[in-house]
Amino acid sequence: MAILVIAEHDNSSIKPATLNAVTAASKIGAEVHLLVAGSACAPAADAAAKIAGVGKVLLADAAQFADQSPENLAALVVANAAAYGHIVAAATTVGKNFMPRVAALLDVAQISEIVAVETPDTFVRPIYAGNVLATVQSSDAIKVITVRATAFEAAGEGGSAAVENLAAAADLGKSKLVNRELTKSERPELTAAKIIVSGGRGMGNGDNFHRLLEPLADRLGAALGASRAAVDAGYVPNDYQVGQTGKIVAPQLYIAVGISGAIQHLAGMKDSKVIVAINKDAEAPIFQVADYGLVGDLFEVLPALLAELG
Amino acid sequence: MKILVPVKRVVDYNVKVRVKADGSNVDLANVKMSMNPFDEIAIEEAVRLKEAGIASEVVAVSAGVTNCQETLRTAMAIGADRGILIQTDVELQPLAVAKLLKALCEKEQPQIVLCGKQAIDDDANQTGQMLAGMMNWPQATFASKIVVAGEQATVTREIDGGLETIEVALPAVLTSDLRLNEPRYATLPNIMKAKRKPLETTNPEALGVDVTPRLKTLKVAEPPKRSAGIKVADAADLVMKLKTEAKVI
Repeated sequence: MAILVIAEHDNSSIKPATLNAVTAASKIGAEVHLLVAGSACAPAADAAAKIAGVGKVLLADAAQFADQSPENLAALVVANAAAYGHIVAAATTVGKNFMPRVAALLDVAQISEIVAVETPDTFVRPIYAGNVLATVQSSDAIKVITVRATAFEAAGEGGSAAVENLAAAADLGKSKLVNRELTKSERPELTAAKIIVSGGRGMGNGDNFHRLLEPLADRLGAALGASRAAVDAGYVPNDYQVGQTGKIVAPQLYIAVGISGAIQHLAGMKDSKVIVAINKDAEAPIFQVADYGLVGDLFEVLPALLAELG
Repeated sequence: MKILVPVKRVVDYNVKVRVKADGSNVDLANVKMSMNPFDEIAIEEAVRLKEAGIASEVVAVSAGVTNCQETLRTAMAIGADRGILIQTDVELQPLAVAKLLKALCEKEQPQIVLCGKQAIDDDANQTGQMLAGMMNWPQATFASKIVVAGEQATVTREIDGGLETIEVALPAVLTSDLRLNEPRYATLPNIMKAKRKPLETTNPEALGVDVTPRLKTLKVAEPPKRSAGIKVADAADLVMKLKTEAKVI
């Protein structure tokens, strides 16, 4: 049976995490169909058709899918689920929101945030903030799966899938979007960045983030991240948070500045290729996972670092 | 308005869990257990809604072994009015818990079910959304602000790109994110008072729910350990090593 991947998009382009979900689906070993549900989302469907490994794009274009509300999206997926053995989505805040609803309506378990596909019914997923990896086997007829994007390569371009229109049911009208306050930034998205510069409570205040960390991020073409402590203290918005319950990242280079390294933070970044820690406390747990540790006062180190980079 | 708050007994968030030598499961013997932190936030929010005169009753529910009574007593010490324990020794997975909660919702008729967004043991992040689907109710997950007025909740949600605010008609399932509130410490008088609050015990059979696990854990293992690297002398040394050794900049 084919595999249905639910695309995340903004009606004009496909979100990067979906590309990783397509790769995870390909590893299960069956034809991959990609569902694009949105409003005036034909450009997103066209982009979906070009993803390598996608056999068919299903397009559901209706006003009630504009905001990808979980009630309408889950109902659409369930109405089309019978033809599929697996239903897959990236474990983003959108995927985490609607997928369990799909699983419940199908009366099947969900396998959350898989990091590896062992066989078509057996998957590896992190538990206990990533301190343990569990290999789980599903006995359900339809496997509902969310995918940890950092564990799979992004699917490339080069596909030429046909786009098929799906009929949309009536709007369930269960919730209404009032507004979205999205952080605007010229920097790369955290979950897609090759380099991340991340600050913790040691930054002292939001102004220091702006004054000391942002220039370093911009010099390196990096995304900006933060620990929970820095977000809780109001230095930066919530969507900067890296950790067990924030974003999971695995860049080529992760620079942790003034971050002590609570296990909940390590859970979000310990799969980074190279980790640099800058902290004045030589005993900080972050140094136990850092490839390069620099013990020092960040208020002196950051300007020096910027000067060295030129 | 009645609010139902499911609370889970989990390994304390400060404990570093270990895998059993045979790789069959994590070793939970003699490990400190606590209420799931997100559930504590959910209880706190429900109690605040009661203190604000919006909710009339806060009912805490836990499913699992007899010791979950302690978790319910903690919830009642924070301010829940009563507790319901769905007692079972079977390993409960989110789908089963959602079914148990559905059975209780049909009996208790709450206007709001306020869950923690995820439990810090299995990190599943499923139960609230599953319950909403089964009840055919709207859901507002990952809440950092909840305003209840009349038959409607306005919820600010933490999403990948920032924040969004949605309105849902009640009854609904809401799930708490970290920044919804800071739970209070239970005071000694309230801990004593909680011991006398009603705690009802039921079980999956009485609720007519099949809780057989759908997922089988074949093995558990610790991920490859990252070892500490080297200390560099200064910024110049760091930049040099990142350029020539790690080759990442």
